[in-house]
Amino acid sequence: MIAIPYLTALTTYFSYGLLFVFGQIRDLFSKIFDWWSSNNLQGYAPICLGLEDFYIRRLYLRIQDCFGRPISSAPDAWFDIVERYSNDNNKTLIRTSKLTRCLNLGSYNYLGFAAADEYCTPRAIQSLKKYSASTCSSRVYGGTTVLHNDLEESVAKFVGKPAAIVFGMGYVTNSAILPVLMGKGDLIISDSLNHNSIVNGARGSGATIRVFQHNTSSHLEEVLREQIAEGQPRTHRPWKKIMVIVEGIYSMEGEIGKLPEILAICKKYKAYTYLDEAHSIGAVGKTGRGVCELLGVDTADVDVMMGTFTKSFGSCGGYIAGSKELIQYLKYTCPAHLYATSISPPAAEQIISAIRVILGEDGSSRGAQKLARIRENSNFFRSALQKMGFEVLGDNDSPVMPIMLYNPAKIPAFSRECLKQNVAIVTVAFPATPLLLARARICISASHSKEDLIKALEVISRVGDLVGIKYFPAEPNKQQQDGRVKLE
Amino acid sequence: MASAVLNLLNSILDWLTVALDAPSARAVIFGVPIGGHLVVEVLLLVVILFLLSQKSYKPPKRPLTEKEIDELCQDWVPEPLIPSITKEMQSEPPVLESAAGPHTIINGKEVVNFASANYLGFIGHEKLLDSCTASLEKYGVGSCGPRGFYGTIDVHLDCEARIAKFLGTPDSILYSYGLSTLFSAIPCFCKKGDIVIVDEGVHWGIQNGLYLSRSTIVYFKHNDMESLRGTLEKITAENKRAKKLRRYIVVEAVYQNSGQIALLDEIIRLKEKYRFRVLLDESNSIGVLGSSGRGLTEHYGVPVEKVDIITAAMGHALATEGGFCTGSARVVDHQRLSSSGYVFSASLSPYLASGAITAIDVLEENPNLISKLKGNITVLWEGLSDVQGLAIASNQQSPIVFLKLEKSTGSLKSDMRILQDIADRMLKEHSVLVVASKRSTLDKCRLPVGISLFVSAAHSESDLLKACESLKRVASAVLGKCK
Repeated sequence: MIAIPYLTALTTYFSYGLLFVFGQIRDLFSKIFDWWSSNNLQGYAPICLGLEDFYIRRLYLRIQDCFGRPISSAPDAWFDIVERYSNDNNKTLIRTSKLTRCLNLGSYNYLGFAAADEYCTPRAIQSLKKYSASTCSSRVYGGTTVLHNDLEESVAKFVGKPAAIVFGMGYVTNSAILPVLMGKGDLIISDSLNHNSIVNGARGSGATIRVFQHNTSSHLEEVLREQIAEGQPRTHRPWKKIMVIVEGIYSMEGEIGKLPEILAICKKYKAYTYLDEAHSIGAVGKTGRGVCELLGVDTADVDVMMGTFTKSFGSCGGYIAGSKELIQYLKYTCPAHLYATSISPPAAEQIISAIRVILGEDGSSRGAQKLARIRENSNFFRSALQKMGFEVLGDNDSPVMPIMLYNPAKIPAFSRECLKQNVAIVTVAFPATPLLLARARICISASHSKEDLIKALEVISRVGDLVGIKYFPAEPNKQQQDGRVKLE
Repeated sequence: MASAVLNLLNSILDWLTVALDAPSARAVIFGVPIGGHLVVEVLLLVVILFLLSQKSYKPPKRPLTEKEIDELCQDWVPEPLIPSITKEMQSEPPVLESAAGPHTIINGKEVVNFASANYLGFIGHEKLLDSCTASLEKYGVGSCGPRGFYGTIDVHLDCEARIAKFLGTPDSILYSYGLSTLFSAIPCFCKKGDIVIVDEGVHWGIQNGLYLSRSTIVYFKHNDMESLRGTLEKITAENKRAKKLRRYIVVEAVYQNSGQIALLDEIIRLKEKYRFRVLLDESNSIGVLGSSGRGLTEHYGVPVEKVDIITAAMGHALATEGGFCTGSARVVDHQRLSSSGYVFSASLSPYLASGAITAIDVLEENPNLISKLKGNITVLWEGLSDVQGLAIASNQQSPIVFLKLEKSTGSLKSDMRILQDIADRMLKEHSVLVVASKRSTLDKCRLPVGISLFVSAAHSESDLLKACESLKRVASAVLGKCK
């Protein structure tokens, strides 16, 4: 729940209103010109309907240089950003060969495995030589190598579940698994801020979907009680099964899911639980085992544990961990297992090696150091930002910290000013967040040194003053909440 | 006593008559004297108004009490999360102990591999390995972010430009997984109300994309142009608003489920006649069909602009991973902010993008790979044309040689069991790895299952003959026994 000040809400609405009006005027003119030189295909409806890409044409293109900045090195603590310029008011951006070395506060490189690693990279290259870059086959046909089985075993052991299955892409993991587990007559209760892959998976499943207020266990209970009592809509038959889907760390809020309360409620009402640890696995917990370890939850209480390897492990792909029977069933019928190319062998090796480093099985204490480092870095950075008066979302220990910007003009301003001072920051706006709640998001990595962080804080503070996003007084005052509109 | 009551009643009645008469006794309206009527009617009116003002009758609402809800919650028993595991669910796939090239090692034994769609033999190719290694050293393994948030690496842009240049399209867009390409791209262009005509044999990725798009889906018979024409005619005639809707024909170039090749020239003719757009999945045809491997459009000599949207997975001929979508600049740009699998997912690993660039380079430099592949397909096709109990269902030029049962047992499950038995025995007795179709319970494809062999340019003639020999022997042993 984010409280937005009245004045800010008003100016934000005003800005979007202005952008909308100007966009419409420009659309009107472009329509006239198009009509003039009508070269449209006769008899075809336009491939993108008018309002569908209005947002892209008239809003996004103006600030497109703040997104998708190409880089020319590994996404480590510092990376090289390729400079771009535009000759047509940002409609197209042209790459130059000039590079700028910037501090990276944007990549999900939580444990610093993104760059070449002394332990992982040689092994990944070795397995590339042995197994090549791809198997060109799905897991059930000819795409299972020894490496794939090893990977599943070590993931299951790391996560703390009897078995696991891996896929070549995190997004597909969610969107192909949910349709297998849930179907017509089933109910999915999903957190309101769940990731798009979960939303798409749930939609693809054909089950009924209900949403509960973000991270609010009392509302979850309310929804569960109401749904069990009412049964399926119209027929009023009891639900076949109910699944509650939550995330470990919410990537756009930096919040840690209130797992113990939610699990207790699910247990009480016999609902199955699905935990998406895309951002939390490897990044939090004493030995990097995710939110369950951090919050002291027994993994046996979670029915389906999902996570990705793109973040902490610096690789690609995703996994599902669960009971032996569950995994066996998924291997029998999950379309992503049956039809999709299996995960690339070097990527699989990278994950296995990263897990070994995290667990200290490589014979060094680098893993433990990395974990201690990310926790220290995150908490240091968060408290410093809060002290400066930024509106920072999220919980302690979480390496993701969004800073609220609100006004659309502040998105490019903040991003460009930071870049000028060699700090690369991610700004997030619609469609990844609600229209009003544009934000900048910082992802802290274990590979950041203290000096890096101090430099980043200096820059952010300066730019924050310039752009005017220190919504709180420098010493945070808890009584600030009065006179604020409540917004989801 | 009774008389007293009677008296009282009489006197009340008398009084009432006087009282009612009193105000209107002499009232005359339009020459009609109205005694007490007016009063009675006014009273009636009042009663009617009173009744009208009351709420209509409803059975009393009795919401469930907390206690009742508690009981309901307690009584509710969910079904198990997954059905109980049966024996057929426990099959284990073969485990490879080396790269999935034309020859691979399973259980310590060298086998000939017909299960990898390594059409051009790029698995283990020296140049690809070098470029992947260089990329791994420079960029690490993962990209650690979606394309919008510093997950765009220069090799991604280079790869997109290379693919577009190779196919002759203005631009292309990379996806990080082959399967997600279609089920992200389709919902970008089709929304509720739009009409999609689709071949009934398309693979699950397309089916899921169509389901997610919520558009109106009409299937036509597998690779049957008459059926397509009929469907188009019917849809256009039926739907008066059809001109206002976006309409698509979705086909695969080489069908993964049957090895058939789409009849693109006819499809283009029909598309232009009925004004539909074409979405073509070239996953199994890029690098295979056409004289230089540019896919189905080159195969039929159709200009690539005629096909509106082309998608392909790179996990086949190009021997990396991921997928791409290509078409006009508008088609590509629209996906960059609207395609969920592109916006919300980490980008393709940079080394896989480098691998894809090199693969295209190598392909362009060595067009003889394609003629070698075509030769191999012909050898295998001819060698397998007279297998007992199995009939080739695939096209003569398809890199997937697909054999279905001549006589289906009538049930999908037992068909699959027989085919799996053949594949298992070929692997065990003759060290030849082939694929017996597997179907997910979610897959709506109703085409017959069969045995697939993925031909590679790297297969030697003896490999191909060995496969033919082995399949013939095992098929006659297994299917002969069935009879």
